[in-house]
Amino acid sequence: MRYAMAIDTKKCVGCSDCVVACQLENKVPIGYCRDWIVETTSGTYPDLTLEFRSERCHHCANAPCVRCCPTGASHIEEGGVVLVTAEKCIGCGACIASCPYDARYPHPDGYVDKCTFCIHKVRKGEQPACVEVCPTHCLYFGDLDDPNSDVSRKIKERKYKRLKTEAGTDPQLYFLI
Amino acid sequence: MEEEIIISGRLNEKVDPLLHIWGWEIAFYLFAGGLAAGLLFFASLSYLRGKENDYTATVKWAPLFAPILLVLGLGALFLDLHHKLYFWRLYTTIKLQSPMSWGAWTLMVITPLSIIWCATFIRDIYPNWDWKFKFLYQIENFFIKYRKVLAWVMVFYSAILGIYTGILLSAFNARPLWNTSILGPLFLASGLSAGAAVIVALTKNEIERKFFSRIDLIIIGVELFFIIHMFMGFLASTQVQIEAAQLFLGGSYTLPFWIFVVFIGMLVPALLEYLELKGQKIPVIIPVALILFGNVMLRFIIVYAGQASRYLY
Repeated sequence: MRYAMAIDTKKCVGCSDCVVACQLENKVPIGYCRDWIVETTSGTYPDLTLEFRSERCHHCANAPCVRCCPTGASHIEEGGVVLVTAEKCIGCGACIASCPYDARYPHPDGYVDKCTFCIHKVRKGEQPACVEVCPTHCLYFGDLDDPNSDVSRKIKERKYKRLKTEAGTDPQLYFLI
Repeated sequence: MEEEIIISGRLNEKVDPLLHIWGWEIAFYLFAGGLAAGLLFFASLSYLRGKENDYTATVKWAPLFAPILLVLGLGALFLDLHHKLYFWRLYTTIKLQSPMSWGAWTLMVITPLSIIWCATFIRDIYPNWDWKFKFLYQIENFFIKYRKVLAWVMVFYSAILGIYTGILLSAFNARPLWNTSILGPLFLASGLSAGAAVIVALTKNEIERKFFSRIDLIIIGVELFFIIHMFMGFLASTQVQIEAAQLFLGGSYTLPFWIFVVFIGMLVPALLEYLELKGQKIPVIIPVALILFGNVMLRFIIVYAGQASRYLY
């Protein structure tokens, strides 16, 4: 099993519903976020291209945050989901410094917090909160080992890019372009 | 012109707009650990070379600072933790891939070793010292008997401690400025230079002072070589590392680095030590203070600038 997410940048309008849904579902402290919207404008004026991306932890297959964690609090869970065990985390910040995507943050309670792919919902057969709520249906979550999952089919049908692959992380967010 | 404007909606404290997860605590610890490593390295090495009674400042006096520095450094590390009451989790596991894990274990070994080292010499320094209890004398005798073993273990562990302060940072490939393996040797050299400088300040023995002045000069030369090598490596590497080097070659850390670390912290004290060796009357405390200042600045600037260097989209 290999959980992954595909984000359709052609359908995303950057409404930030995914951000709010995550904050509510996961009781993210005010002022912080586990997922966020990035808007890029590129090209030469007046030929500009706008791209919206809903970003979060890339649940890397080669995760530097898990590698550098001195206590084993950062670990890889079933399906390749990268999680933090709060009771093992000493809040040293090594994982935060090691993440090229800056996807982690220090929770005000002391431990390090991040996107969990809503594993508590996924285990019950539901979808992550951000995927459920997306009004344009631009987020696809599922098992890459299952060729019939939403995410597998989208990656097969469409061109995609992954971010900062040069950091050697083997990220598992696929941005459909 | 082809341009890209990136707007992110994320504003997590200590992560955005620039990473600032590590502050003065880590920089201070890297300095204290490096200096302690330098002191212990020269103490144990000089002992193994049979200089116990010639280089008394090196073998007996200077190491007294090491446990104090290590404890202060550990205190700073503890302050840096966000989830402080769980610090003991460091010692319930060994993670070989995590430099911080084996660094924590190295400290766990070398801190007691440094205390034992000082304790075995305490009666040489203070002849009236009384251990009060008989079993403490027995323990002292045991370690004095096996001092040579202790010295060998300490040479090894102090070198690891010195290198580790750099490797801790170089293991993070997300921060291109830190992601260079030269940082380990550079921090080791810098710690040894600080250790030699402290010995120069402490000793009253002319031969010992001249010897460690020369050692210090050589190490400063090696450090400068490492720094040049580091920038050559960056500039010949990928875009993110070229941009990391630009922080020091025109970017916001240019003046602090070249003035405080290289000029005031290395070139000026090296010149003063050289003139002093040639017979000029220069109070040794001046180059020594400058070297320690440069050492602190090197740690602070690398810790802060590293967090400003990153992968862009």
